[in-house]
Amino acid sequence: MAAAAARWNHVWVGTDTGILKGVNLQRKQAANFTPSGQPRREEAVSALCWGAGGETQILVGCADGTVKHFSTEEGRFQGQRHCPGGEGMFRGLAQVDGSTLITCVDSGILRVWHDNDKEASSDPLLELRVGPGVCRMRQDPARPHLVATGGKENALKVWDLQGSEEPVFRAKNVRNDWLDLRVPIWDQDIQFLPESQKLVTCTGYHQVRVYDPASPQRRPVLEATYGEYPLTAMTLTPGGNSVIVGNTHGQLAEIDLRQGRLLVCLKGLAGSVRGLQCHPSKPLLASCGLDRVLRVHRIRNPRGLDHKVYLKSQLNCLLLSGRDNWEDEPQEPQEPNKVPSEDTETDELWASLEAAAKRKLPDVEQSQGALQTRQRKKKRPGSTSS
Amino acid sequence: MAKAGDKIGGSGNKGLKRKAATEERQEAAVAEDGTTESGVQPSKAAAFPPGFSVSEIKNKQRRHLMFTRWKQQQRKEKLAAKKKLKKEREALGDKAPPKPIPKTIDNQRVYDETTVDPNDEEVAYDEATDEFASYFNRQTSPKILITTSDRPHGRTVRLCEQLSTVIPNSHVYYRRGLALKKIIPQCISRDFTDLIVINEDRKIPNGLILSHLPNGPTAHFKMSSVRLRKEIKRRGKEPTEHIPEIILNNFTTRLGHSVGRMFASLFPHNPQFTGRQVATFHNQRDYIFFRFHRYIFKSEKKVGIQELGPRFTLKLRSLQKGTFDSKYGEYEWVHKVCAYSKKSHLENFKRME
Repeated sequence: MAAAAARWNHVWVGTDTGILKGVNLQRKQAANFTPSGQPRREEAVSALCWGAGGETQILVGCADGTVKHFSTEEGRFQGQRHCPGGEGMFRGLAQVDGSTLITCVDSGILRVWHDNDKEASSDPLLELRVGPGVCRMRQDPARPHLVATGGKENALKVWDLQGSEEPVFRAKNVRNDWLDLRVPIWDQDIQFLPESQKLVTCTGYHQVRVYDPASPQRRPVLEATYGEYPLTAMTLTPGGNSVIVGNTHGQLAEIDLRQGRLLVCLKGLAGSVRGLQCHPSKPLLASCGLDRVLRVHRIRNPRGLDHKVYLKSQLNCLLLSGRDNWEDEPQEPQEPNKVPSEDTETDELWASLEAAAKRKLPDVEQSQGALQTRQRKKKRPGSTSS
Repeated sequence: MAKAGDKIGGSGNKGLKRKAATEERQEAAVAEDGTTESGVQPSKAAAFPPGFSVSEIKNKQRRHLMFTRWKQQQRKEKLAAKKKLKKEREALGDKAPPKPIPKTIDNQRVYDETTVDPNDEEVAYDEATDEFASYFNRQTSPKILITTSDRPHGRTVRLCEQLSTVIPNSHVYYRRGLALKKIIPQCISRDFTDLIVINEDRKIPNGLILSHLPNGPTAHFKMSSVRLRKEIKRRGKEPTEHIPEIILNNFTTRLGHSVGRMFASLFPHNPQFTGRQVATFHNQRDYIFFRFHRYIFKSEKKVGIQELGPRFTLKLRSLQKGTFDSKYGEYEWVHKVCAYSKKSHLENFKRME
């Protein structure tokens, strides 16, 4: 039952105690998954990313240097891969072509592994030294062979894994400030902007910077500041024109990248923001942090908090499912005997009604609510209607 | 009379509703010669324009008059309604509906989802392996450093001295303008487990920073209502060197648990019951009251207590993960001021809005 339900979880969260939590916002349930059945602090999850094959597999990077495979279809951990080298936790995890794994650790060792389940550990295919104090390694979703790294006193660098050992783009620090002092560097999070070569970073000195490798200047093209506390996490909004950043005080802000100004602030979080992700098409934002609560905000019309789930451990990172059929979940049949026939009935019904439901956004929920009630009545023809 | 007539004429020309109302009142006042009465209200009330309130009358005396008249009428109506209800109740006798329960703060409690369940394994594991695990496993014993903000005044200095008598194995050091970030590595190297900094403002202590040392959380409290030993009435003699017992009340939520454990880790594990001393941290609606008493059991159920030691009230402002670093540290919980919400965070308590 838990296994079947796992695939419909909307958000996957990794915690400090090594538990992977799957949260289903529709049914308002959260489930714990541990590789060994017991939570262990040595397996604290520090990085999560989707694995091969759509959103059926999750790669979980743990503090002891292993990358575990978790299958959402089956709802259990399938295998693990030991990725030694360097000190510190995983700061970035990415997968290329379904069989190659890229890992980056705190001390700056970036390795590309051949993700073969049969071999317990093997030598890395490629190793790069990125520089110490790495805070984030991010893969370009459009061009999977490009990765960007940045950290404390470690400027932003973009590496081409198929190319040479030198970075493709190395960012330059901004000019000295008005006291002629060097401005310190602390890149906490990096994102690639879609449909261009640009990158956005947020720093521990509360700055948001946009870099453009295509332009001749290596300095940031745009710089915006927010707040007085280090920005710890960042995500792109569906439009592509703005980013949402979170800082160590739990303040979330949406910053427009065209003008570099603050658009909105979202409230609710009480602790440092550790993970942020926006849905690719819907105006939903999932955020998790040290206050042990997962929140899902709606960022447009109307702005506000949608869901709040208390998960008992400190949350480190999250993955938001990018699928479109958020509310269109085939209902779990109540009578197990009638499972196959009812599934086909429901699928046919949903297929015919989905087109109608998607026309108008504000009416979606109402029509779906109505559809669901109609659904229920159709399902039990024999029983007396309530 | 002629004047009143002229004024009415004037207002009629202008046609302003308010002026018409005031003229009518003037008339009434003139007619009654300013005597207070209460029976004419219904006829006058009908003449007022809708949306008129007593506060719009500019003349203070008349306004006061109207208000007292209105208040008396309200009281009458209320009394009449009560009597009627009572009569109805008596008339119904046994069939009367039950009396409505008045709303109190206690009644309106809503279950807080972050309340710790004693059987919860995940939280138990979290607590068994957090920064205080070494204290609760009896591997380390507490050693406290108490200091103040720079250049403390007499009250703060005396509070520090009294605190050091209350907390065993604690040392007071004068803060010679040193930065906390430089003090902390030195403390760690000298095996201190906790650091208490009492902040002072305008000659009175008003803040407390409690930092658990190797890499533990730092709590920042606002301190108020500080009473030194000599200001406490009916107090007992000086506290002795015995290790006190500890009482932690109402730290029920997850955040409350963290803070409660912080307080517990200040005191050694083995209380000496012969000393009959007890330190209490009582949390009520997010205010933590600290008291230090000496108790004596007069019989099995009767206790006598003497208050010794300082007393103060704390309110948590922020809980930061890691040792003191207010600028770049990551906060586990920050108090965000929200004018209308009355939610409590340390205790399972939430008022329904």
